[in-house]
Amino acid sequence: MTVALIPLFPLLSAALLMLSLGRMPRLAAACLGAGSVGLSALCVALVASEYLGSREVQEVALWTWIAVGDFTPRIAFYVDGLTVVMMSVITGVGFLIHLYSIEFMWEDESLCRYFAYMNLFVAAMLLLVMADNLLLLYLGWEGVGVCSYLLVGFWYRDPANGAAARKAFVVTRVGDTAMALGLFLLFTELGTLDIQPLMAAANDQWQVGDTLPILATALLLGGAVGKSAQLPLHTWLPDAMAGPTPVSALIHAATMVTAGVYLIARNYELFLLAPPTMEAVAWVGLATLLLAAFTALAQHDIKRILAYSTISQIGYMFLALGVGAFASGIFHLMTHAFFKALLFLAAGAVIHCLHHEHNIFRMGGLRTRLPVVFWSFLIGSAALAALPFTSGFYSKDAILLSAWELEGIGPWLWAGGLLGALLTSIYSFRLVFIVFFGEVQTEPDRQPGWKMAGPLSLLCVLSLIGGWFVLPLAGVFDATGAADSAHHEVNHAVEYISIGTPLLGLLIAYLLFLGRQVSIDGLVESGGGRALKAFWFSGWRIDSLYEVLWVRPYKALATWWRNEPVDHFYNGLIAASQWSHRKLLALQTGELRWYATSMVFGLILLLAIMLRNAT
Amino acid sequence: MGGLQVPMEHVLVLAGILFSCGMMGLMLRRNIIFMLMSLEVMLNAAALAFVAAGARWGQADGQVIFLLILSVAAAEVAVGLGLVLQIQRRFKTLDMDQAKRLRG
Repeated sequence: MTVALIPLFPLLSAALLMLSLGRMPRLAAACLGAGSVGLSALCVALVASEYLGSREVQEVALWTWIAVGDFTPRIAFYVDGLTVVMMSVITGVGFLIHLYSIEFMWEDESLCRYFAYMNLFVAAMLLLVMADNLLLLYLGWEGVGVCSYLLVGFWYRDPANGAAARKAFVVTRVGDTAMALGLFLLFTELGTLDIQPLMAAANDQWQVGDTLPILATALLLGGAVGKSAQLPLHTWLPDAMAGPTPVSALIHAATMVTAGVYLIARNYELFLLAPPTMEAVAWVGLATLLLAAFTALAQHDIKRILAYSTISQIGYMFLALGVGAFASGIFHLMTHAFFKALLFLAAGAVIHCLHHEHNIFRMGGLRTRLPVVFWSFLIGSAALAALPFTSGFYSKDAILLSAWELEGIGPWLWAGGLLGALLTSIYSFRLVFIVFFGEVQTEPDRQPGWKMAGPLSLLCVLSLIGGWFVLPLAGVFDATGAADSAHHEVNHAVEYISIGTPLLGLLIAYLLFLGRQVSIDGLVESGGGRALKAFWFSGWRIDSLYEVLWVRPYKALATWWRNEPVDHFYNGLIAASQWSHRKLLALQTGELRWYATSMVFGLILLLAIMLRNAT
Repeated sequence: MGGLQVPMEHVLVLAGILFSCGMMGLMLRRNIIFMLMSLEVMLNAAALAFVAAGARWGQADGQVIFLLILSVAAAEVAVGLGLVLQIQRRFKTLDMDQAKRLRG
């Protein structure tokens, strides 16, 4: 029953922390928060070693959740290679980030609330990846969404943070609605939501290219796109940086945003039945990775650069899934979790030591001031840019090779991915050169302590050697046919190009941003250059587009309804009776003779009418 | 039926004149006592018309109605004079153009 304990520890700890209403001592809250995830990580290690030894899929059914006729989803866990990888990433990286948070959040008055949300998040995320049916997965899916909302708006006293949290929640809700519809469709058509029977039933009932699997997978893709911040629902992620930096590291880089990738990988047999959806996945990934990479080039908020880079890297994962290289996608998910968590934590350390400074142009020269952070950032950026022999190199290389080998659209996807890799290298080293080299702009007022430096160093090691891990995914993606980890005839030219591209990017970044050997100021300051920079800075104006397309019409509609058009009729009645009341009031003079006279004349009038009618 | 026969038209004309006089008094006088007296005149004019009509057709109904009107007039005077006393006490005047507090 070790498996059932894994999500239980963080869940229990979250409940305890919430019930304490923030009255728990800081040290106790921190120990409970980080310790529960640590315990959970230990259980994962046990389960993982058991799985690596026996290679047996474990199914642990706890109880039946709901029983309505044929619909009996259980609270049950399904542990195979994919789950083991995901659990290890979530609890391993999660534990390091919790440890780091203790120091980062120590002075915050709501430390208890922070750890409660973080633990709840870890529990929900574990539920998501361990679920044996799609309904339980959906529970975890919504759970992480709620935690993301709570943590983005963690510093709720600033209205801007609340707005960012609401945006994150509402935008992902669009995708979640599509996903819920997809689940309804799958249940009505196949009669079950248990993932393994569902895949078997889909393979039995549907042929490759049928309409129903295409529709179902397209709806699931909608959910994945929303959660994983891909085009066109990516706009929430840069704003989600309003939360504390460790939150960005855990939720908006390492784990939650990769849930969409996990969803597609988990239901890959379904996606294999729908080649058009697969192609759409690849194109969405490519478009997102290019768009986000261009945007990252123009940003100057350290966290926004990393946010766009996250969007871009998840684009690579989608690209991998789209070309059928599921294992490579999951591989990149893992290495990305390592190096992006590292980058975010290092950025958090910079922000922490520089009095909450976010603008990279007000940093500089931190190489000698914060050496630990500098080396962490350098290693993270090298892995992000996929410099040879870092973890990112192996995973990104595998993705690009798989794209190259796909017939038809493959070379196009490969070329796009390569351009993205070049841009990735440029923007990540632009960040390094501007923040850590050159003149000192702001003096750091403290050094990171061991609780920050420890996780950073461990993640550095993981980012460097993560590429040599052999994921236990053999047997998980059997139905794909080709084992995409073994490339029989590797085209050496392609190999060299993908090694050379990041180095070229590094060179460009070096020339442009370190000491400014080559000045592009003339280009940037020209009319077109400035317009392009503003365009990229705004994220291709997609936010303004949505503002015009959705937000304003919706607000106008809401305002219209709030003023209750039906009420206008009743308000009119009220106004009419009030008006006549005022007019009739003038008749009540209080003069007795006036009443008598009007009665007399009224009588005469009536008599006249009667006489006229009588004759 | 002996004695002097008064044509009914004359009686009705007299009743009309009396009624009009009462009505004019009601509309023109400002003193509440005179207004009440005008009302009495109007009531009596109507009663006269009833009596004349009862005599003309030889039916008792006219006289019955006269008695009814008489009692109504008595009740009206009782209530009316009570009100007059109250008005005098509150407004220190019997001029109805002065006493017009009840207005919109």
